[in-house]
Amino acid sequence: MKRFPSPWIGLFLLAAGLLLFPIIFSGPFYRDIGVTFLLAAISASAWNIVGGYAGQVSVGHSMFFGLGAYTPLLFYTLWGWPPIAGIPVGIVLSVVLSVVIGLPTFRLSGHYFSMATIAVAELIRIYFGTWTLVGAAIGLQGPARGRGWWDLTFRSELPYYYMFLGVLALVLYITFAVERRRFGFYLRAIKASERAARSLGVQVRQTKLQAFALSAAFTSTAGSLYAAKTGFIDPDSGFGILVSVQMVIIAALGGAGTLFGPLVGALILIPLQSAVNTKFGGGGSGLTFIVYGGIIVLIARFEPGGLYELWQRLAPRLWKSAHAA
Amino acid sequence: MIFVQVIVGGLLLGAIYALFSSGLTLIWGMMNFINFAHGEFVMLGMYAALLVVTWLTGSPIVFGMAAALALFVLGVAIYFLLIRYVVRGPMLSQILSTFGLALLLRYTAFYVFSANFVSLPQTSLAGTLNLAGVYLPIAQLVAGAVAITLTIALHLLLTRTTVGSRLLAVAEDRSAAMLMGIRPDRMQALAWGLSAGAAGVAGALMATAYPWSPSVGETFGLIAFVTVALGGFGSVLGSLYAGLIIGLIQAASAFWLGAIYKDIVVYGLFVALLWLRPQGLMGKA
Repeated sequence: MKRFPSPWIGLFLLAAGLLLFPIIFSGPFYRDIGVTFLLAAISASAWNIVGGYAGQVSVGHSMFFGLGAYTPLLFYTLWGWPPIAGIPVGIVLSVVLSVVIGLPTFRLSGHYFSMATIAVAELIRIYFGTWTLVGAAIGLQGPARGRGWWDLTFRSELPYYYMFLGVLALVLYITFAVERRRFGFYLRAIKASERAARSLGVQVRQTKLQAFALSAAFTSTAGSLYAAKTGFIDPDSGFGILVSVQMVIIAALGGAGTLFGPLVGALILIPLQSAVNTKFGGGGSGLTFIVYGGIIVLIARFEPGGLYELWQRLAPRLWKSAHAA
Repeated sequence: MIFVQVIVGGLLLGAIYALFSSGLTLIWGMMNFINFAHGEFVMLGMYAALLVVTWLTGSPIVFGMAAALALFVLGVAIYFLLIRYVVRGPMLSQILSTFGLALLLRYTAFYVFSANFVSLPQTSLAGTLNLAGVYLPIAQLVAGAVAITLTIALHLLLTRTTVGSRLLAVAEDRSAAMLMGIRPDRMQALAWGLSAGAAGVAGALMATAYPWSPSVGETFGLIAFVTVALGGFGSVLGSLYAGLIIGLIQAASAFWLGAIYKDIVVYGLFVALLWLRPQGLMGKA
């Protein structure tokens, strides 16, 4: 009987596929899907650190995405700073915000955390819609033409694609490192049973806070990348609830709390979404969210581990039956 | 006089907040479960009222009862089809189940009823009362009074009747209640029915006085969170006081700061509460 294939082959194929994708499919339509896919995978992987591994379900992660998107464009609008300089500021702001929310709510039951995240995201969205400094409901625009590479404004999709791919690799590598370290074991212990983890000496509140801050930092980066690519941000595309929904659904569909879960989720959802949008045009977007809601309910009811867990359950069985003879 | 007008208007709206928030707090008290789709229940109650008024009759008693009944049935159905399976599952399923449900209901409503604002056609509650210079639309007055009455009725149902004792018994200790011959599943289904029914009738009451669109569910859901957090999780009486207070705060901030700030102030209050007094006014720590 053959051995079950090593995960390294899969990893190699995945990396090769992602690296070669924009070269094989060079049309602007496919490259655009590729970039959207990478961005969705980055933000879902960032959400996964706190929502999946630590089991603290944030439904307002758009607040970090929005901060990350607004900050570079705001500094550009005010003082003409290159957007790349605003990215670290956005990260700092997001981390501070995550601590402000995390400190009080991580003492309480997990439901408080979820409620606080959605309330704060909504609060910021409404506030930014009235704040003239950040363009109120109209939003902010980035540089129309890049003065240099540091403006992150390119004609072609290709530089964005490889930049996003690099960030995705970094997020996944850090998640992988977290998974293997003591910190990762603490997170999973907290997720399984907070009381048990505390009785074994895990600093529960502090560990959750660290995971939340790390997740906020990467989500903010994803927001900055989004703003650099589209060159435009408004309250709904930055802080809207649907931004949070997309992170949650992609991670949960693929498998929350697994390294490649968000990648799998994005691989399924983004092409699906773009197919629905091309088929039904703008009118299809409402339909998309009905389907999203339905998928989330079905995952929660039948397969909280997502497709990854389903696959892990089914794959060895399929392998065995295929090689039984 | 305008000052009194603002206060009375805030209290009347707050009474309706109290009614639907008491539904949310009931579920929390019963099963330590937060319903992210609660605001959508209110929104569906509003459309239920609209449908009854359009197709059957404009009598407020009929469309109020119809909205309550429709949402009661929906609440029980959701319990048996979804909540029962996720309530003892991981946190992720608990939160995602009703969060997904909220999206499903909200965007289905957008699809079916369109995003336009609608309001009820003139009902028998049209007209305005002039009390010594304070102008009160009769619809608002009736809606507020009915909402307070129903919230108190729910409180009495939970504290003074056999059904209420059974509900609380299940909340206290599920297996002990089972040994006493109470069926926890039925009681929890009843709690979901009551909770959604309260949201539905609150929606119908609100529909008599205010225009709405499918997006109000999100706002009402968040207001219910703040009300319940202020009143203390699990306390119906607490959410009555908190609802009135939040109605007042909203009216006052809309009057002095501008209409767009009314939700910002309320959500800000929520964050402040988490820092200062997470157990709320009436809640146990």
